[in-house]
Amino acid sequence: MIGTAGAILLLGTGRIMGASGILGSLIDGSARGTERLEKLGFLVGLIGMPALAVVIFGAPETNLTVNAGLVVLAGLLVGIGTRLGNGCTSGHGVCGISRLSLRAIVATVLFLCAGMATVGLLRHGLGVI
Amino acid sequence: MRVALAFAAGSLFGLGLVISGMTDTSKVQGWLDILGAWDPTLAFVLAGAILPMALAWRLSRRWSGPIAGGAFPAAPKREIGRDLVLGALLFGAGWGLVGLCPGPALAALVWGGPMAVLFLAAMAAGMMMAIPARRHLRLA
Repeated sequence: MIGTAGAILLLGTGRIMGASGILGSLIDGSARGTERLEKLGFLVGLIGMPALAVVIFGAPETNLTVNAGLVVLAGLLVGIGTRLGNGCTSGHGVCGISRLSLRAIVATVLFLCAGMATVGLLRHGLGVI
Repeated sequence: MRVALAFAAGSLFGLGLVISGMTDTSKVQGWLDILGAWDPTLAFVLAGAILPMALAWRLSRRWSGPIAGGAFPAAPKREIGRDLVLGALLFGAGWGLVGLCPGPALAALVWGGPMAVLFLAAMAAGMMMAIPARRHLRLA
């Protein structure tokens, strides 16, 4: 489904399906005109359709930590990191890798390694998460 | 037409993220936990997403343009800048910390509880900080 969604966006509109790029360009105002409308349409689907499904089928577990400090720190890191690195799991990991983009492959290897190192250190080293 | 296609893609993406378990932070952290009880199932989700997308890229090279007009993206850039490296490392650290990346954070916004809203607010703030950070760190 995720790959098919990316295929629809690419073959239909010529855009790359990257969640951080779509949200980020709306936040910093770099998306204008019809591009802005398209990206808003994408976000309405991305936020609205799971919400609708949850009403019908019930909410699955997110198991998100209740440690607000950790959540804020993680959100800041994800926000700044995805904009500096120009992509996240969907943009680099799915859309970039599938066209063998060197930048996407490097970015995906780096963010996976950083994620694994973080979980390893905080779970097995410090026992925080 | 373009907005409708984008809405359809966003809807399918959101449902796919929830169904595949990408909004379950303990599952994501379990996938990143190669030193512990490693859960490899999300690797199949990623691979399963890459396959249709690879097919779409192949098709796009044969088509003259997207269905709703416009142009396909230019060939990817090749230079590996400091911004790409630093950005990917910071993102990965944040992802590992609580197990949410941008797509699933948006998909879980309405029903994920107050912490999901807090995460998205912090993420949006981080995105705004990226522009001054770029200038400050002379990342071009």
